[in-house]
Amino acid sequence: MTRASNRPPVVPPEAALPSYLRAGYTLRSWLLTTDHKRIAILYLVSISFFFLIGAIAAALIRLELLTPAGDLLTNDGYNRAFSIHGIIMVWFFLIPSIPNTFGNFLIPLMIGARDLAFPRLNLLSWYIYVVAGLITLYVVLSGGVDTGWTFYTPLSSVYANGAVVAAILAVFISGFSSILTGLNFIVTVHKLRAPGMTWGRLPLFVWSHYATSIIFVLATPVLAITLLLVAAERLFGIGVFDPALGGDPLLFQHLFWFYSHPAVYIMILPALGVISELITSAAHKRIFGYWFVAYASIAIAVIGFFVWGHHMFVSGQSYYASAIFSFLSIAVAVPSAIKVYNWTATLYKGDIELNAPLLYAMGFIGLFVAGGLTGLMLAMLAIDVHVHDTYFVVAHFHYIMVGGTVTAFFGAMHYWWPKITGRLYPEAWARASALVILVGFNVTFFPLFLLGYEGMPRRYHVYPESFQVLQVISSCGALLLAAGYLLPVAYLGWSLFRGAKAPANPWGATGLEWTTSSPPPKHNFIEQPVVERGPYDYPISDPLSRSND
Amino acid sequence: MTEQAAEEPFHDTDRQEQADRLGMLVFLASEIMLFGGIFAATMALRIQHPQDYMKAASHLRLALGTANTAILLTSSLAAALAVEGARSGRSRWAARALAAACLLGTAFLAVKGYEYAGEYREGLMPGTAAAHFSGPLQRLFMDLYFLATGLHAFHVLTGIVLMLTAALNRTALHDRRAVLIGNVALYWHLVDIVWIFLFPTLYLAGVP
Repeated sequence: MTRASNRPPVVPPEAALPSYLRAGYTLRSWLLTTDHKRIAILYLVSISFFFLIGAIAAALIRLELLTPAGDLLTNDGYNRAFSIHGIIMVWFFLIPSIPNTFGNFLIPLMIGARDLAFPRLNLLSWYIYVVAGLITLYVVLSGGVDTGWTFYTPLSSVYANGAVVAAILAVFISGFSSILTGLNFIVTVHKLRAPGMTWGRLPLFVWSHYATSIIFVLATPVLAITLLLVAAERLFGIGVFDPALGGDPLLFQHLFWFYSHPAVYIMILPALGVISELITSAAHKRIFGYWFVAYASIAIAVIGFFVWGHHMFVSGQSYYASAIFSFLSIAVAVPSAIKVYNWTATLYKGDIELNAPLLYAMGFIGLFVAGGLTGLMLAMLAIDVHVHDTYFVVAHFHYIMVGGTVTAFFGAMHYWWPKITGRLYPEAWARASALVILVGFNVTFFPLFLLGYEGMPRRYHVYPESFQVLQVISSCGALLLAAGYLLPVAYLGWSLFRGAKAPANPWGATGLEWTTSSPPPKHNFIEQPVVERGPYDYPISDPLSRSND
Repeated sequence: MTEQAAEEPFHDTDRQEQADRLGMLVFLASEIMLFGGIFAATMALRIQHPQDYMKAASHLRLALGTANTAILLTSSLAAALAVEGARSGRSRWAARALAAACLLGTAFLAVKGYEYAGEYREGLMPGTAAAHFSGPLQRLFMDLYFLATGLHAFHVLTGIVLMLTAALNRTALHDRRAVLIGNVALYWHLVDIVWIFLFPTLYLAGVP
C-alpha cells in the first residue's frame, strides 16, 4: 500500500519526541489524559464494547426470526432485545462513533492545532459517556426495557415495565457528552486553525464535523428536556403527554423527532466527511466542487431540523403539515445527492489506487444511494402509508446507519490506522474484509425491503410462514456480516504487533495530518505548521487527468 | 494586573479569551434549546386551549412573580457592573457587585420558595389533590409551571455558585480582560432572559 509521495514530504525528526502512545505507560496516564488522541482511543475502546453488546442483541433478534413461531424468545424478551439493540446502537455506538474517535483524533491534526480548544472538557465528555454507559449496562442486567429506542408515550410513561427511568437517565446523561463534544469542536474550528488555514482550506472531514457539532449543540438539549418530561410523568404523574392528565401524546413524538431526525444526520454527516477524504486520497485528485460539498454538509444540518414530521405521517398530524414535511424531506436529499455526484466526479479520470479504504468508500456510496433513494420513497405521503412501520423502514435506515456509517467507520479505521497506531495493516486481508462486509450487509438487509413491501410489520417476532425464506436469508447474511466485522479485529490486532512500521504519509495524501510522524507526538506537530495550499492540492501526475483539472 | 500565560493548546491569551467566550456562547445556545422544549409544550397548550390556560394561569401570584422579575433584572445589572469593575481595574468593586448579584439571586430563590410553599398549602403541587382545578388541562398548566420554574431555579442556583466562585477568585478579579467574570455574567444574563420569557408565558397570561 505504500506509494511514493508525489511531493517530498516534510520529514519530521521522529527521534526528537516520543509519540503520543509512548508519552506514558501507566493506567493513570491514560485515564487522566487531556491529549485528544488518547481520549479518542478511550472512546474507541468503549464504543467497541457497546457495539459488541448491541450486536449480541441483534444476533438474538436474527436467531429468533429464523422460524415463524416465537420459540427462542418470549414476546416480552423479544421487545427487550430490540429495545436494547436500538438504544445501545444509536446512543452508545452510532452517535459517538466517528465524531468522538476519528473527529477527536483528527480535527486538531487536520487544522494544525495542538489539541482541542478545551482538553479537560474533552476528557469530562468521555467520563460522562462512561457513566451513561454504566447505567445502560445496569438496564441490560436488570432485564432491560420494552419501549423500543423511541420511548413513545404513553407506552413508556404509563404502561411499560422494566427499568424505563434508568434507561431514560442513561440517554439523558449521554446527551451532555454529545453537547460538550459539539461545543469543543465548534470552538476548535473557529479559534485554533493554524496560520494560513482559511475556511476554504479546511478538509471536508472538518466541515462535516462542524455541521454535526451544530446539531449536537442545538438538538440534543431538546431530547434532554423531552426525556426529563417522560421521567417526570412516570415518577411524579406530571402529565405532559398523558391525555388522562391533560397531556398530548403526539407532543412527545414532535419533541422526540425534533431531536431524533437531526440525530440521524449526526450519525451520517461524519461518515460523509470520511468518504470525501478517502475518495480524494485514493483518486489523487482534487475534490470536485469543494464548496458544494462543504456547504452541502451545512445544508443537511440546517434542513435536517425541519423534516421531523415525516415520522408522523400516519400519527394524525394535519394534512398540510404532512405535505410540507414531505416536501422538506425530499429537499434534504438534494445536498446528499450533490455529495454523491461530486465523489463520483472526483473519481472520474482520477489516478485511482484501488486500496481497501477506497473499496469501503465505494461500498458506502452504493449502500448510501440505496438507503437514500428508499428514504425518498418513504418521504412520499402515499407510499409511507403503505410501508410505515414495516421492514421497509427498518431496511431503509439500516442501509444508512449500518451500510453507511459503519462502513465509513471501517473505511476510516483502515485509512487512518497507520497514523493512529504507526503500523501498516495487511492490504489483502483488508480488501477481502471490505468485500465480505459489502456482501454480508446486502444479504442481511436487502430481503427486509421485500419483506416490508409485502407487509411484514417491524417489531414482531411471530410471522406468517410465507415470510420465512426471506427471514432465513437475512439471518444467514447476518452471520456473514458478523464474520466481516470480526475479520478486521483479527488482522488489525495482529498488525499492532507484527505490522510493518508506517511512514508519515503512506498514502501520498495532502492532508496536514500526514505531515507529522505516525503516530504523532503528544503535541501533534514539532513546529507550528503554516498552511499554504488547499486540502486536496494534488499535483497533476497523470496526463490523462490534466484535461479535467 | 497579573498577566497570565496562555494554557495548552493556545499560543496566546487573546485567542484563548476569544475561545472561552465563544465556548460560553455556544453553551448558552444549547441552554436556550433546552428551555425551548418546555416553551413548545406550553405554547401548544396555550394555542389549543386558551380559556383553560388563562384560568389556570390566574392561580399564580402575579405580585410575587413581578417582584421576582425586578429582583432578577437588578441582579443582572450588578453582574454587568462586576464586569465593568474588573475591566477598569477596580477588583474590590467587582467582588462587591458579584456578591450583590449573588444576594439578589438568593432573594429570588427565597421568594420562589415562599411562592412554592403557598402553592403547596393550596394543594396545587403535582400529585396532590387537584381540588382547585376544573379539569386536567389546568392541572397540566400547573405541572408545566413547576417544571419550567423548577428547571429555571436550578439554573439560578448554578449561576449563584458560579458567581460566588468568581467573587472568591483573586486572579479572576484582577483580570483586566474579565474573562471568567465576563463569561459567568453572560451565563447569569441567560438565566435572566429565560425568566423574562417565563414571566409573560406563565404569570401575565392569567391577567384578563
